[in-house]
Parts: sequence; structure tokens; C-alpha cells
Amino acid sequence: MSAAGLKHRGNTLWIAAMIHRISGLALAIFLPIHFFVLGLAFHGGAHLDKFLRWSDQPLVKLAEGGLVFLLTVHLLGGLRLLVIENLDWRDGQKQLATLAAASAAVVAFIFLVRVF
Amino acid sequence: MNVRLYVWQRATAALMAPLVLIHIAVIFYATRQNLTAADILSRTHGSIVWAAYYGIFVAAVSIHASIGVRNILAEWSPLSERRAGLFAVVVGMVLMLLGVHAIVALVVT
Repeated sequence: MSAAGLKHRGNTLWIAAMIHRISGLALAIFLPIHFFVLGLAFHGGAHLDKFLRWSDQPLVKLAEGGLVFLLTVHLLGGLRLLVIENLDWRDGQKQLATLAAASAAVVAFIFLVRVF
Repeated sequence: MNVRLYVWQRATAALMAPLVLIHIAVIFYATRQNLTAADILSRTHGSIVWAAYYGIFVAAVSIHASIGVRNILAEWSPLSERRAGLFAVVVGMVLMLLGVHAIVALVVT
């Protein structure tokens, strides 16, 4: 593809769409693991307890912070899309997309501060 | 994506928005409390509210995620729309089964 054809990829709203898509894909990959772990509670909590103790490691907590970011940024990006598609057009979409990503980063940071 | 899938994806997104907000609050609460499995089960076991909340959540996310996966495969992979659709149905069913299994484990058993 020519340089001119790739120019749109630097656009804030293209990046926002890509973040929405990648975060959704990452969450779809994570979900079966999440459900499987919760299913460990079957017939008492011994297996789940073992997992909870394992998850009490710094790297796992960091990964959980990443998941909180992905979930929040996907939620906020999705809300922005629903508003665009169902309500009157509003200017400042680039600012709203940036605000969504920044808010998700703040939420993930607060999560990490609380768990460490 | 056809109109039917578009409407399902947007409807499940709108339905899940408040559920995700509550879920994030639960994540913050649960990690702060340093809950054990017994603590978690004592809160969820026998709870119709948690069963209903996560039942709706699992159904909505299974539909929403499988449509999203279908769209990504159809646009970014060499798979045909038909094969992408079939793969997405499998993804949706796996999510639904694992999700229901998790709810039963937390609420019923």
C-alpha cells in the first residue's frame, strides 16, 4: 500500500477504532480462561483457592491491571460508538476518544495502586 | 456484517454497558478485600441476584464476542464469510457453556 494510502492510520479516530477492535479481541481470548477459572469453584473452593494464591504474584496483578484497562477502554469506546450511531452528531470525537483511553488508563492505574 | 448481526451486536453492547460498570466495581471490591474461595462462595452461593446478573452477562457477552470475532476473521483472515461465521458460532457456544458452568459452580454447587 502506498504512503498516501496508509496516511489515515495516524488519525486519532483510526487508532481509537483499532484499540476498540484489539481490546475486544483480547477480551474474547481472555473470557474462556476467566470462565474456566471461576468454574474451579465446582464442588467446593479448594482448586479456586489454589488459583487465587497463585494469582497473588506481582506479574499476575500487573496483567490484571492490563485486563482492567482493556475492559474499561472497550466499554468507553463502545459507548462512544453507540452515541455516534444513535444520537445527533457531536464535534470533538477525537477528544472524546482520547478521553476514553486516558480514563481507562487512570482506572487501571488506580486498580494497580490498590492491589500493590 | 448483515443488519441482523449488527443489531444483535449493538443491542448486546447497550445491555452490557451497565453490567460492565458493575463488574468493574466488583473487581475493585473483590481485589481490595483479598477474598478467599470460601469468602466468594459465601456471597454467591444460592443468590438469585448473582445468578440472574451473570446469566444475562454471559448470554450477552457470548453473542457480542462471537459476532466481533466473526467480523475480525471475515475482514482480516483469509477465511470466507461462511467459515468465519461457523467459527464464530463455535466461539459463542464455548463461551456460553463455560460461562454457564462458572455460574453453576459459583451459585449452585
